[in-house]
Amino acid sequence: MKVGILALQGNVREHASIIFKLGAEPIRVTNTKDLDDIDALIIPGGESTAISLLMQKNGFYSEIKKKNKLGMPVYGTCAGAILLAKTILGNSVKSLGLIDISVERNFYGAQIESFETDLEIKELGKFNGIFIRAPRIKKLGKEVEVFASHEKSPVMIRSHNILVTTFHPELTNDSRVHAYFLEMAKEYKEIRDMQRDIEVHN
Amino acid sequence: MEEKKTGTPTLKLGLAEMLKGGVIMDVVNAPQALIAEKAGAVSVMALERVPSDIRKLGGVARMADPKKVKEIIKVVSIPVMAKVRIGHIAEAKILESLKVDYIDESEVLTPADDNHIDKKNFKVPFVCGARNLGEALRRIHEGAAMIRTKGEPGTGNVVEASKHLNLINEQILALKKMSRGQVKREAIKMKVPLNLVEKTRDIGRLPVVNFAAGGIATPADAALMMLLGADGIFVGSGIFKSKNPAKMARAIVEATTHFDKPEVLAKLSEGLGEAMPGIEMEKLELRMQDRSK
Repeated sequence: MKVGILALQGNVREHASIIFKLGAEPIRVTNTKDLDDIDALIIPGGESTAISLLMQKNGFYSEIKKKNKLGMPVYGTCAGAILLAKTILGNSVKSLGLIDISVERNFYGAQIESFETDLEIKELGKFNGIFIRAPRIKKLGKEVEVFASHEKSPVMIRSHNILVTTFHPELTNDSRVHAYFLEMAKEYKEIRDMQRDIEVHN
Repeated sequence: MEEKKTGTPTLKLGLAEMLKGGVIMDVVNAPQALIAEKAGAVSVMALERVPSDIRKLGGVARMADPKKVKEIIKVVSIPVMAKVRIGHIAEAKILESLKVDYIDESEVLTPADDNHIDKKNFKVPFVCGARNLGEALRRIHEGAAMIRTKGEPGTGNVVEASKHLNLINEQILALKKMSRGQVKREAIKMKVPLNLVEKTRDIGRLPVVNFAAGGIATPADAALMMLLGADGIFVGSGIFKSKNPAKMARAIVEATTHFDKPEVLAKLSEGLGEAMPGIEMEKLELRMQDRSK
């Protein structure tokens, strides 16, 4: 299993080391061609303004959307969550619009308001949530499933092959969220392989 | 309700982790901050004057006017950093109350004390300069959550930044080859706890994010720093002392991402107009890097 990590700017290293620890192969994605070679993609935390500019400059918007439509699962943390959202409130950052939510950037304020707290994640249990200048998910579409909430706001959600956390599991030693994403990736890979076999037979 | 913890080491280190692969730009007012954000800066550093002007003007360089810092915080959505004089606890408390996202305890300003701030007592994270492994580890032990190699600020000359980055890398590599006793002696020599030195040896890099700074003036300079292993880039005078700041800023941001692709760097370096005027080290009257140890 090859998991791409969008490496234009942000916290790539920690995602890569967790993916590696889980027995999958992390791939740095800096070019749209790198997307051809991966089974799933992680958009890491970082500055969404900077990542968005570099994505536009390198043609990532249309390519990620295309690959996702063909079944490539995408997981976004923090800035990645912002970039995946359908609507970004009060801001000019361009989004991919791959999950039906609206988000507000830097909802909790400056860095001194960044926080750690215990979360209860569906199917996974207790988890240390690390929120750094985090966004807040405000509106949810119908097909979005909530896995964890903090102060009544969803902080981990999934819709089909898109997974989003507004916190940073990669900053902990706990690999359960990434393991969950790898399971997602495996399911979709099996479906893709099956479809390909059918095409070959026909 | 669940307990909510703020100002923890994890959160301080965490923000620096998010800045990796990015460019932090010096700005002296809100319009410059907007140009930086639009060009893709991951953060801006608010200060009264860029280092090359501090050099020219002489005198005592201090923290920026809080009014200016507030204006900058108001206009951008990216994190805002600001500089305090080395050892100046009061300036640091003021900046913390303004809710800056990171404080740079910086040799670019005139030092206020021989000792550095005890940074563990603050909720806001700190970044500090270093020329070698000992300095870096001493600052980390005092509570710095991020390091930047000092280079020589305001010169537009990248030679010192390269030296400092190379030296830190070589010193970490050397730790790997040392016996237990040698590592212990090295810790005593550097005046840092043994476990911090051992941790550095074990992970093969500094235990916090390490950016390059001091003299970076072109996209190629930024790429050089990334090739030497920096986690990201600080650009001081290099942007707003160049002929075309918006264009230079954008090119340095892209060069930091594509540092290992020469064809991309060639394109980025084309037609940027003049970079900031540079100074040779032998002609320097003030070596800012020697202001702290």
